[in-house]
Amino acid sequence: MDWQGQKLSEQLMQIMLVAFAVAAFLAGYFLSSFQLMLIIYAAGVVLTSLITVPNWPFFNRHPLKWLDPAEAERHPKPVVANSKKKAVKSH
Amino acid sequence: MHSFGYRLNALLTFSVTILAIICAFASYSDNLNLPSPSAQIQVLNVNWFQKQPNGDDVVSLTMNISANLESMFTWNTKQDYLKVFVFVAAEYETPLNALNQVSLWDGIIPSKEQAKFWIHTTNKYYFTDQGSNLRGKEFNLTLHWHVMPKTGKMFADKIVMSGYRLPEEYR
Repeated sequence: MDWQGQKLSEQLMQIMLVAFAVAAFLAGYFLSSFQLMLIIYAAGVVLTSLITVPNWPFFNRHPLKWLDPAEAERHPKPVVANSKKKAVKSH
Repeated sequence: MHSFGYRLNALLTFSVTILAIICAFASYSDNLNLPSPSAQIQVLNVNWFQKQPNGDDVVSLTMNISANLESMFTWNTKQDYLKVFVFVAAEYETPLNALNQVSLWDGIIPSKEQAKFWIHTTNKYYFTDQGSNLRGKEFNLTLHWHVMPKTGKMFADKIVMSGYRLPEEYR
Protein backbone atom coordinates (compact mmCIF):
# COMPACT_ATOMS: atom_id res chain seq x y z
CA MET A 1 0.00 0.00 0.00
CA ASP A 2 1.45 3.36 -1.01
CA TRP A 3 1.21 6.66 0.90
CA GLN A 4 -1.89 7.88 -0.89
CA GLY A 5 -3.46 4.46 -0.47
CA GLN A 6 -2.89 4.58 3.29
CA LYS A 7 -4.52 8.00 3.53
CA LEU A 8 -7.45 6.84 1.39
CA SER A 9 -7.87 3.66 3.44
CA GLU A 10 -7.93 5.53 6.76
CA GLN A 11 -10.39 8.16 5.54
CA LEU A 12 -12.64 5.51 3.99
CA MET A 13 -12.60 3.54 7.24
CA GLN A 14 -13.59 6.54 9.37
CA ILE A 15 -16.26 7.86 7.03
CA MET A 16 -17.85 4.45 6.46
CA LEU A 17 -17.98 3.57 10.15
CA VAL A 18 -19.55 6.90 11.11
CA ALA A 19 -22.05 6.66 8.23
CA PHE A 20 -23.05 3.12 9.23
CA ALA A 21 -23.36 4.17 12.88
CA VAL A 22 -25.70 7.04 11.97
CA ALA A 23 -27.77 4.82 9.66
CA ALA A 24 -27.95 2.04 12.26
CA PHE A 25 -29.02 4.42 15.02
CA LEU A 26 -31.74 6.05 12.92
CA ALA A 27 -33.06 2.69 11.72
CA GLY A 28 -33.06 1.29 15.25
CA TYR A 29 -34.72 4.32 16.77
CA PHE A 30 -37.46 4.77 14.19
CA LEU A 31 -38.23 1.06 13.86
CA SER A 32 -37.94 0.65 17.67
CA SER A 33 -35.49 -2.21 17.42
CA PHE A 34 -32.22 -2.20 19.32
CA GLN A 35 -31.27 -5.49 17.68
CA LEU A 36 -31.69 -4.03 14.20
CA MET A 37 -29.30 -1.22 15.14
CA LEU A 38 -26.65 -3.70 16.28
CA ILE A 39 -27.08 -5.88 13.16
CA ILE A 40 -26.77 -2.94 10.76
CA TYR A 41 -23.72 -1.63 12.57
CA ALA A 42 -22.06 -5.06 12.71
CA ALA A 43 -22.67 -5.50 8.98
CA GLY A 44 -21.14 -2.05 8.45
CA VAL A 45 -18.03 -2.97 10.43
CA VAL A 46 -17.58 -6.21 8.44
CA LEU A 47 -18.04 -4.43 5.09
CA THR A 48 -15.68 -1.62 6.11
CA SER A 49 -12.99 -4.07 7.15
CA LEU A 50 -13.33 -5.99 3.87
CA ILE A 51 -12.87 -2.77 1.93
CA THR A 52 -10.18 -0.99 3.92
CA VAL A 53 -8.07 -3.68 5.60
CA PRO A 54 -6.77 -5.90 2.73
CA ASN A 55 -4.15 -4.43 0.42
CA TRP A 56 -6.39 -3.97 -2.64
CA PRO A 57 -4.87 -2.85 -5.98
CA PHE A 58 -6.64 0.51 -5.89
CA PHE A 59 -4.58 1.46 -2.81
CA ASN A 60 -1.43 1.07 -4.97
CA ARG A 61 -2.06 3.52 -7.77
CA HIS A 62 0.63 5.99 -6.70
CA PRO A 63 3.87 4.01 -6.33
CA LEU A 64 6.91 5.95 -5.10
CA LYS A 65 9.32 6.76 -7.93
CA TRP A 66 12.83 6.12 -6.68
CA LEU A 67 15.84 7.53 -8.53
CA ASP A 68 17.52 4.84 -10.59
CA PRO A 69 20.99 3.80 -9.33
CA ALA A 70 22.92 5.56 -12.14
CA GLU A 71 21.32 8.89 -11.23
CA ALA A 72 21.98 8.29 -7.52
CA GLU A 73 25.69 7.65 -8.11
CA ARG A 74 26.06 11.03 -9.80
CA HIS A 75 24.95 12.73 -6.56
CA PRO A 76 26.94 10.95 -3.84
CA LYS A 77 25.98 11.27 -0.20
CA PRO A 78 28.04 13.78 1.73
CA VAL A 79 30.70 11.86 3.70
CA VAL A 80 30.81 12.57 7.40
CA ALA A 81 34.36 13.49 8.43
CA ASN A 82 34.37 12.15 11.99
CA SER A 83 32.35 9.06 11.31
CA LYS A 84 33.49 7.07 14.37
CA LYS A 85 32.27 9.66 16.89
CA LYS A 86 28.94 10.07 15.12
CA ALA A 87 28.39 6.34 15.07
CA VAL A 88 28.84 6.15 18.84
CA LYS A 89 26.47 9.07 19.35
CA SER A 90 23.75 7.66 17.19
CA HIS A 91 23.61 4.42 19.15
CA MET B 1 -1.63 2.31 8.42
CA HIS B 2 1.05 0.54 6.40
CA SER B 3 0.30 -3.06 7.35
CA PHE B 4 -2.70 -5.36 7.55
CA GLY B 5 -2.45 -5.61 11.35
CA TYR B 6 -2.25 -1.85 11.83
CA ARG B 7 -5.31 -1.24 9.70
CA LEU B 8 -7.32 -3.98 11.41
CA ASN B 9 -6.36 -2.65 14.83
CA ALA B 10 -7.29 0.92 13.92
CA LEU B 11 -10.62 -0.23 12.50
CA LEU B 12 -11.58 -2.33 15.51
CA THR B 13 -10.61 0.38 17.99
CA PHE B 14 -12.56 3.03 16.12
CA SER B 15 -15.62 0.81 15.63
CA VAL B 16 -15.83 -0.04 19.34
CA THR B 17 -15.50 3.65 20.26
CA ILE B 18 -18.38 4.48 17.93
CA LEU B 19 -20.43 1.59 19.34
CA ALA B 20 -20.02 3.11 22.81
CA ILE B 21 -21.16 6.47 21.44
CA ILE B 22 -24.30 5.09 19.79
CA CYS B 23 -25.16 3.21 22.98
CA ALA B 24 -24.85 6.51 24.86
CA PHE B 25 -27.19 8.12 22.33
CA ALA B 26 -29.61 5.20 22.73
CA SER B 27 -29.66 5.79 26.48
CA TYR B 28 -30.16 9.53 25.94
CA SER B 29 -33.05 8.87 23.54
CA ASP B 30 -35.05 7.48 26.49
CA ASN B 31 -35.40 11.07 27.69
CA LEU B 32 -37.38 11.90 24.55
CA ASN B 33 -40.05 9.41 25.63
CA LEU B 34 -42.74 11.22 27.61
CA PRO B 35 -44.53 8.50 29.56
CA SER B 36 -48.06 8.86 30.90
CA PRO B 37 -48.39 6.04 33.43
CA SER B 38 -51.54 5.56 35.49
CA ALA B 39 -52.32 3.45 38.53
CA GLN B 40 -55.14 2.82 40.93
CA ILE B 41 -55.24 0.78 44.12
CA GLN B 42 -58.41 -0.04 46.06
CA VAL B 43 -58.26 -1.54 49.53
CA LEU B 44 -61.22 -3.91 49.43
CA ASN B 45 -60.95 -5.39 52.90
CA VAL B 46 -58.89 -5.44 56.08
CA ASN B 47 -58.77 -9.22 56.61
CA TRP B 48 -57.25 -9.08 60.02
CA PHE B 49 -55.39 -6.58 62.18
CA GLN B 50 -53.48 -7.85 65.16
CA LYS B 51 -50.93 -7.03 67.77
CA GLN B 52 -48.25 -9.69 67.84
CA PRO B 53 -46.86 -11.04 71.18
CA ASN B 54 -43.72 -8.91 70.67
CA GLY B 55 -45.86 -5.76 70.43
CA ASP B 56 -45.68 -5.19 66.66
CA ASP B 57 -48.82 -4.45 64.66
CA VAL B 58 -49.58 -6.66 61.65
CA VAL B 59 -52.26 -6.09 59.03
CA SER B 60 -53.58 -8.23 56.20
CA LEU B 61 -55.25 -6.34 53.36
CA THR B 62 -57.03 -7.35 50.20
CA MET B 63 -56.24 -4.98 47.38
CA ASN B 64 -57.21 -4.39 43.82
CA ILE B 65 -54.20 -3.05 41.93
CA SER B 66 -54.59 -1.79 38.38
CA ALA B 67 -51.96 0.07 36.41
CA ASN B 68 -51.02 1.00 32.88
CA LEU B 69 -47.27 1.32 32.39
CA GLU B 70 -47.23 0.67 28.63
CA SER B 71 -45.77 4.09 27.93
CA MET B 72 -42.66 3.26 30.00
CA PHE B 73 -41.48 0.77 27.37
CA THR B 74 -39.08 2.14 24.75
CA TRP B 75 -36.77 0.58 22.16
CA ASN B 76 -34.03 0.63 24.82
CA THR B 77 -36.05 -1.38 27.37
CA LYS B 78 -34.79 -4.88 28.09
CA GLN B 79 -36.52 -7.71 26.28
CA ASP B 80 -35.53 -10.65 28.47
CA TYR B 81 -36.60 -11.80 31.92
CA LEU B 82 -36.12 -8.48 33.70
CA LYS B 83 -37.74 -5.46 32.09
CA VAL B 84 -39.89 -3.45 34.42
CA PHE B 85 -39.95 -4.16 38.11
CA VAL B 86 -42.97 -2.85 40.09
CA PHE B 87 -43.79 -2.84 43.76
CA VAL B 88 -46.47 -1.40 46.00
CA ALA B 89 -45.32 0.16 49.26
CA ALA B 90 -47.38 1.44 52.17
CA GLU B 91 -45.93 4.71 53.38
CA TYR B 92 -46.83 6.37 56.66
CA GLU B 93 -45.49 8.66 59.33
CA THR B 94 -44.79 7.76 62.97
CA PRO B 95 -43.60 9.92 65.85
CA LEU B 96 -40.07 8.51 65.49
CA ASN B 97 -39.74 8.38 61.69
CA ALA B 98 -41.05 10.83 59.12
CA LEU B 99 -41.22 8.11 56.46
CA ASN B 100 -41.86 4.41 56.96
CA GLN B 101 -42.06 2.23 53.85
CA VAL B 102 -43.40 -1.29 53.86
CA SER B 103 -43.40 -3.31 50.67
CA LEU B 104 -46.74 -5.10 50.27
CA TRP B 105 -46.61 -6.58 46.77
CA ASP B 106 -44.17 -6.75 43.89
CA GLY B 107 -44.02 -8.10 40.39
CA ILE B 108 -42.15 -8.13 37.08
CA ILE B 109 -43.79 -6.92 33.90
CA PRO B 110 -42.40 -9.21 31.20
CA SER B 111 -43.53 -7.32 28.11
CA LYS B 112 -45.24 -4.20 26.86
CA GLU B 113 -48.39 -6.23 26.16
CA GLN B 114 -48.61 -7.08 29.86
CA ALA B 115 -47.88 -3.56 31.08
CA LYS B 116 -51.58 -2.83 31.39
CA PHE B 117 -52.49 -5.13 34.24
CA TRP B 118 -55.03 -5.73 36.92
CA ILE B 119 -54.58 -7.90 39.98
CA HIS B 120 -56.72 -8.82 42.94
CA THR B 121 -54.43 -9.81 45.80
CA THR B 122 -53.77 -9.86 49.50
CA ASN B 123 -50.49 -8.35 50.61
CA LYS B 124 -47.66 -10.63 49.53
CA TYR B 125 -45.37 -9.44 52.34
CA TYR B 126 -46.33 -8.68 55.94
CA PHE B 127 -47.62 -5.18 56.52
CA THR B 128 -46.02 -4.84 59.91
CA ASP B 129 -44.90 -1.91 62.03
CA GLN B 130 -42.10 -2.15 64.58
CA GLY B 131 -44.23 -0.80 67.38
CA SER B 132 -47.94 -0.35 67.72
CA ASN B 133 -48.45 2.69 65.55
CA LEU B 134 -50.87 1.34 62.99
CA ARG B 135 -54.26 1.81 64.71
CA GLY B 136 -56.22 4.51 62.94
CA LYS B 137 -53.12 5.35 60.90
CA GLU B 138 -53.45 7.24 57.63
CA PHE B 139 -51.18 5.85 54.96
CA ASN B 140 -50.31 6.21 51.28
CA LEU B 141 -50.07 3.36 48.84
CA THR B 142 -47.29 4.05 46.36
CA LEU B 143 -46.68 2.18 43.15
CA HIS B 144 -42.94 2.27 42.42
CA TRP B 145 -41.35 0.99 39.23
CA HIS B 146 -37.86 0.55 37.84
CA VAL B 147 -37.31 0.29 34.09
CA MET B 148 -34.25 -1.74 33.04
CA PRO B 149 -32.60 -0.36 29.91
CA LYS B 150 -30.48 -2.32 27.45
CA THR B 151 -27.78 0.32 27.74
CA GLY B 152 -27.35 3.32 29.98
CA LYS B 153 -29.41 4.82 32.71
CA MET B 154 -32.05 2.94 34.71
CA PHE B 155 -35.28 4.84 35.19
CA ALA B 156 -37.30 4.78 38.40
CA ASP B 157 -40.54 6.58 39.15
CA LYS B 158 -43.65 6.25 41.30
CA ILE B 159 -47.29 7.18 41.69
CA VAL B 160 -48.44 8.10 45.20
CA MET B 161 -52.04 7.36 46.14
CA SER B 162 -53.18 8.77 49.44
CA GLY B 163 -56.23 8.74 51.65
CA TYR B 164 -56.15 5.23 53.11
CA ARG B 165 -56.79 4.66 56.80
CA LEU B 166 -56.44 1.61 59.03
CA PRO B 167 -59.18 0.72 61.55
CA GLU B 168 -59.02 2.05 65.12
CA GLU B 169 -59.43 -1.42 66.69
CA TYR B 170 -57.66 -4.75 66.26
CA ARG B 171 -59.81 -7.40 64.64
